[in-house]
Amino acid sequence: MDARIPATIPEAPISTPVGPVLAPGKRAWLSPINRRRWENFKRNRRGYVSLWIFAILFVLSLFAEFIANDKPLYLHMQGRSYFPAFVTYPDTAFGDPGDPNLFGTAADFRDDPYLKELIAKKGGWMIWPPIRFSYDTRVSRPPSPFPSKPTWALTAQDCENAIKGNFAKCGEAEMNWLGTDQQGRDVVARVIYGFRISVLFGLILTVLSSIVGVAAGAVQGYFGGWLDLLFQRFIEIWTSIPELYLLLILSSVLTPGFFVLLGILLLFSWVRLVGLVRAEFLRGRNFEYINAARALGVSNVVIMFRHLLPNAMVATMTFVPFILSASVMTLTALDFLGFGMPPGSPSLGELLNEGKESVTAPWLGLSGFFTVAIMLSLLIFIGEAVRDAFDPRKSFR
Amino acid sequence: MSPPTAPLLSVRDLSVVFCQGERQTCAVERISFDIRKGETVALVGESGSGKSCAALSVMKLLPYPSAQHPSGEILFKGQDLMSLSESKMRRVRGDDISIVFQEPMTSLNPLHTIEKQIAEILALHRGITGAAARARVIELLTQVGIADPASRLGAYPHQLSGGQRQRVMIALALANEPDLLIADEPTTALDVTVQAQILELLKELQSRLGMAMLFITHDLGIVRKVADHVCVMTQGKIVEQGPVEQVFARPTHPYTRQLLAAEPKKEPAPINPDHPIMVKTENLKVWFPIKRGVLRRVVGHIKAVDGVSIELRKGETLGVVGESGSGKTTLGLAILRLISSEGPVIFMGNQLQGLRFKEMRPFRHDMQIVFQDPYGSLSPRMSVEDIVEEGLRVHHPKMPREEREQRVIQALTEVGLEPSTRFRYPHEFSGGQRQRIAMARAAVLQPTFVVLDEPTSALDMLIQSQICALLRKLQRDHDLTYMFISHDLKVVAALASRLVVMRHGKVVEEGSAAEVFASPKTDYTRALFAAAFNLEAASEGVVAE
Repeated sequence: MDARIPATIPEAPISTPVGPVLAPGKRAWLSPINRRRWENFKRNRRGYVSLWIFAILFVLSLFAEFIANDKPLYLHMQGRSYFPAFVTYPDTAFGDPGDPNLFGTAADFRDDPYLKELIAKKGGWMIWPPIRFSYDTRVSRPPSPFPSKPTWALTAQDCENAIKGNFAKCGEAEMNWLGTDQQGRDVVARVIYGFRISVLFGLILTVLSSIVGVAAGAVQGYFGGWLDLLFQRFIEIWTSIPELYLLLILSSVLTPGFFVLLGILLLFSWVRLVGLVRAEFLRGRNFEYINAARALGVSNVVIMFRHLLPNAMVATMTFVPFILSASVMTLTALDFLGFGMPPGSPSLGELLNEGKESVTAPWLGLSGFFTVAIMLSLLIFIGEAVRDAFDPRKSFR
Repeated sequence: MSPPTAPLLSVRDLSVVFCQGERQTCAVERISFDIRKGETVALVGESGSGKSCAALSVMKLLPYPSAQHPSGEILFKGQDLMSLSESKMRRVRGDDISIVFQEPMTSLNPLHTIEKQIAEILALHRGITGAAARARVIELLTQVGIADPASRLGAYPHQLSGGQRQRVMIALALANEPDLLIADEPTTALDVTVQAQILELLKELQSRLGMAMLFITHDLGIVRKVADHVCVMTQGKIVEQGPVEQVFARPTHPYTRQLLAAEPKKEPAPINPDHPIMVKTENLKVWFPIKRGVLRRVVGHIKAVDGVSIELRKGETLGVVGESGSGKTTLGLAILRLISSEGPVIFMGNQLQGLRFKEMRPFRHDMQIVFQDPYGSLSPRMSVEDIVEEGLRVHHPKMPREEREQRVIQALTEVGLEPSTRFRYPHEFSGGQRQRIAMARAAVLQPTFVVLDEPTSALDMLIQSQICALLRKLQRDHDLTYMFISHDLKVVAALASRLVVMRHGKVVEEGSAAEVFASPKTDYTRALFAAAFNLEAASEGVVAE
């Protein structure tokens, strides 16, 4: 019926301690309630699998430099080790001093034929990441004008055209799994870096707006009265400002960048949690255990953090995955409109926009669409599973 | 007792099992009982004994399919209700069998007038509508003793008092003249005075209408008053049944005997006229302003506590009694300065009134409170250790961890809990155990003054007397001063050395407990005692309603 332990009736007499015997006291790192929630979450297969897929994709994308890069990860030459992916070396570092063909500029291991030959001659070898493009690497010898097709989709006719231009034979063309965009940059590399920046942006924005929103809601709900009244009216006015127009205006005044965008979006996204947390605190502040804590002389701040916040966090947690996907969406939308990240940065919105502009290159639109769709679907599935896991009335059978 | 005819309702071998995932909980195990026409059968037992569950399965109102009946049959007028289809069952419900629930606050729809709610049943089962329905509604309301029913037709549930709401619930149940009325703790949520009135009403209606009644309660006093036949339930089984006089006079099962002996022992703390005064209030007032209009002008006050002066000496227990709404809890909270009040509050010679939050903190060490609801007063997200330890963190921030832990263990042992359970969370404990945790939280600071705000009201009889014994032991060991707030006069009689009777925020009578109980001076106190000890309703005008 209820979750209580079966009432031990009759209760043992006063002299002997009551309560079921527990294996000698050890504090579990996850409270029983949370453990049950985790079990419930796992029982939702779709959400659980989505979490794993998302986690793997995210962790992989964090190491994007090891997956897609235009510099070798490791270079070994004449008994010395170089890490070009992390350290920028001048090309003179690899040749003899006074070589007239080297200019002391940053070494280009991909497209500088002289340097490549030099290293090979000196018996050096390199370890390359699986994709030899970074998000801003331009394909130097494209098989066709940009945007060029995925290499594997090149037809015999394409090959012939290509051979006329740059190649001796078709197989020499570099592999662009999803083709290139209008500026000749590899789409796979851009998708990987774009995914990383979207998710990171979303996560940071979610965390920051949760902190601000929870704090604002907590203060309003706990203290109530005039503070609550004024704050609520302020929020009503604030939310009635048309967000997008203000963003457009602001991004034309400030140079848009990762943190500027984060700040601007934060101005509006913190409001989402306030109502929820405020309601939880309003409800919670009259609970008897809050009164009990007051009677013990516990200070307001401690009551808010130790007693009320854990309760409000349940409602907050169910919202977080949805706020995350909304944040990702907002960034993508801004990029799509051209008011997002500065030009040149890897961005899914920009990819979608290019897809819209070049109808003859469906690989652009499709890659953008599927990346965004899969990312958001995963987040929504996780969010649903979290919401259900936190629902005490839902029983899983 | 009625003559032995064929039973109206016959429950045979009934079991109820709840499935939750793979876990199965047996709530009711193979119980059998009969109810004859015009007879009252009482199901008694503690919370969790399965008595409500058994009653609800007669109506088939359990949450199927997670509830299941592995065995049993329920014969009502010779018809097996177990095999009845849902649509036929719906006709039985409300027409032949109806039910009155415990909580009158939530069992009426707050958005409909009482006329609409009663008329709906009439229309549904009898097809009575329009003027005929209105006449019948008025008749029913008159029957259940609502004064001036015609003017009450348009009232919404929130405009009625708890007792009136329960009367409306009974009117709803009686609307179709059922053969069997199931009353599921119908008076538990009500004041003693109102409880007596409702019991009177139920008995009178039963004899007038000749219906049978299945009465579910945990209160043996009520059983003795209303029932013909009693079934004692514990842990899902009926351990003893028989005629009331026989069971009460010669209980055979040890559990029944324990239950009958569970009345708390009357052993109040002594009165100490020469001890120093611990708490003193003079003309204490808690007035809540009533604001109206656009400018929120104060047009009047709700006088929750209106000029109360009390004196409490060290080592005494002051019992504060009265109906709900009489301001007794508010008085307790005002003394602890948990709500704002006017008038001096003197605690061990110090004026508390006007002190700010931080200035109050040193005094909080010595004054503690235990609340009524053991389910609400413990934070569900903190382990028992965190809950008990909290006061130490506030008042002894420099105390080393080991010492704090020692104090927690000591406090838990003192209230009779196994210290190794301190890493568990409140939901894993029963009501009585939770109340012990709440007491450990108060005791760990070793206070000198504790306000007990109905600490036993939410508990079963057996547990009540255990908690009373524990309170007494703590008082003796630590020379504690209690302010015991309760509407349960039996418990107050067991503990209080002096008594204050409150009504509408004012003290109507005070004195030593022995004196007041022996010879109450005011009508109100007399009515209160009659209702509490003999379940007798007072004559009109003395108490609420």
